[in-house]
Amino acid sequence: MTLLNAGSTSAVAILIHAAIPLTIILVYALVAIWGERKIAGFIQDRLGPMRVGGFHGWAQSIADLLKLLQKEDIIPTDASRFLFKFAPFMMFAASYAAFAVIPFSSSYIGSSVDIGVFYLVAVTSILTLSIIMAGWASNNKWSLLGGMRSAAQMVSYEVPTIATILTVIVVSGSLNLMTVTEMQSGNDILGFIPNWFIFQNPFLLIAFGIFFISILAESHRVPFDLPESESELVAGYQTEYSGIRWAMFMLAEYADMLLLSLVGATLFFGGWNSPFGDFLSGPGWGYFWFLFKGLLLVFVMMWIRWTLPRYRVDQLMQICWSVLIPLSFVNLVLVAIWEVIFN
Amino acid sequence: MLHTVKEGWLTFKSIFTGMGITMKHLFQPSVTLQYPDERDELPANARAKLYVDIDDCIGCNLCARACPVNCIDIETVMATEDVDLGKTSTGNPKRFWLTRFNIDMAKCMYCDLCVHPCPTECIKMVQEYEYSEFDRTNLIYHFSNLSPEMVAEVKDKAEKEAEEKKRQREEAKRKKEEEAKKKKEAEAKKKEQEKDENPAGEDSKGKDPSKKNSSDNK
Repeated sequence: MTLLNAGSTSAVAILIHAAIPLTIILVYALVAIWGERKIAGFIQDRLGPMRVGGFHGWAQSIADLLKLLQKEDIIPTDASRFLFKFAPFMMFAASYAAFAVIPFSSSYIGSSVDIGVFYLVAVTSILTLSIIMAGWASNNKWSLLGGMRSAAQMVSYEVPTIATILTVIVVSGSLNLMTVTEMQSGNDILGFIPNWFIFQNPFLLIAFGIFFISILAESHRVPFDLPESESELVAGYQTEYSGIRWAMFMLAEYADMLLLSLVGATLFFGGWNSPFGDFLSGPGWGYFWFLFKGLLLVFVMMWIRWTLPRYRVDQLMQICWSVLIPLSFVNLVLVAIWEVIFN
Repeated sequence: MLHTVKEGWLTFKSIFTGMGITMKHLFQPSVTLQYPDERDELPANARAKLYVDIDDCIGCNLCARACPVNCIDIETVMATEDVDLGKTSTGNPKRFWLTRFNIDMAKCMYCDLCVHPCPTECIKMVQEYEYSEFDRTNLIYHFSNLSPEMVAEVKDKAEKEAEEKKRQREEAKRKKEEEAKKKKEAEAKKKEQEKDENPAGEDSKGKDPSKKNSSDNK
């Protein structure tokens, strides 16, 4: 908490606080985009990018970024200019703002507010708005269709996501993510299993399953990538975007993926806690374990992307409204009953 | 209800089966060949670029006639009698100057049909497959090793010889005709003489001896 105490009033400290997640997001986005292509290659018995930067094409995303920066900033004549220009930045701002309440380590959290989870859910819903904004402002029927699909999908899947987050809140009793993480310290289950929420309660395991499916849908990953399905909607709301604005969408998408994975890691996998109790724990290791858990979930998302085909729109909605939402609410009640009986 | 549970179970089972397969492939060595750095060895009978060993070509035109897309263009000039073009490495005597031997690889369909008829095995497919060009005309390969002056000289010479031969032939023909004419005339004279010597015996058959003579000439 030293950083937080040292500069709660000075502007420099605020900037430093803001810069840490931004740096993590930017570096992560470069690595993740390269990693996704490598994983795609390896899963398909290919090599993926190999030529830029020497070892296994590690500089591929940097080269891509430079290319996108040099591109012409095309705005369609009939587009709504202000909204069109503004949408990608708003989308990234929404993902980035949510990182404020994520505890990266025992010594660092952007803002240790007591309504952390609530704030996070509220801020990420702006993502839907920016996608509709982009789709509408493009003045293109495919973009609008993509934006509308996306809005329908995100609004629907927010319900099971929030319901499963609520099950964790029922167990933890706090909306502050730092408190939630601190509650998961220690290795008390059977003497060696960490006190993570996913191991505490069988219904929380089900909750994690529902949560993971929902975050796949919320971050538009396969098999729920209908808003940007390349083969059907020519990338949906991104159709008219090019150059750096398109790069912002890409960045926001990957930031969103990381954000939701990190939320999953915080809520179910003990956040910055080491899986070995006091061994390898501490503020420095906290960053490592937290990002390791988050990136592991990101890897699973990529792994799923290169395995499963895409759902149809009606199937997507059916899974949400007739399976996940009832299941998550029943699960919420069961977790609450478990808590009443055992604690 | 039971049906739904069953379906759900099947869904999860198939998802995990699929993910197991992709995870297995994640650690399998890739099959990629890093092309410009590494190259696959071509099979010995690979069909690629055509090559002509022009020293062995006898100008027989068989390859050009075999070609289904007419991509081989050969022009030959008969060697004059004073030149000896030598023999091919297979021992066939060469009798033609190859003034043009062009292969348009842009048209070639790599069917290999031109290779087999070649009596001296001088046209063949080599293991070279990287010869793309920006201009299509660069894909026409010129195999003839004669310089333009040489070609002109050779053609001129051949033409002169052909003319000479034609003239000789015509002369010979004329001579022959003349000789034939003379012979006939001599024969006709002889008959006339015979008639004159023995008119009595022939009178009963033809009254007009001149008429008979003209019919003989026909």
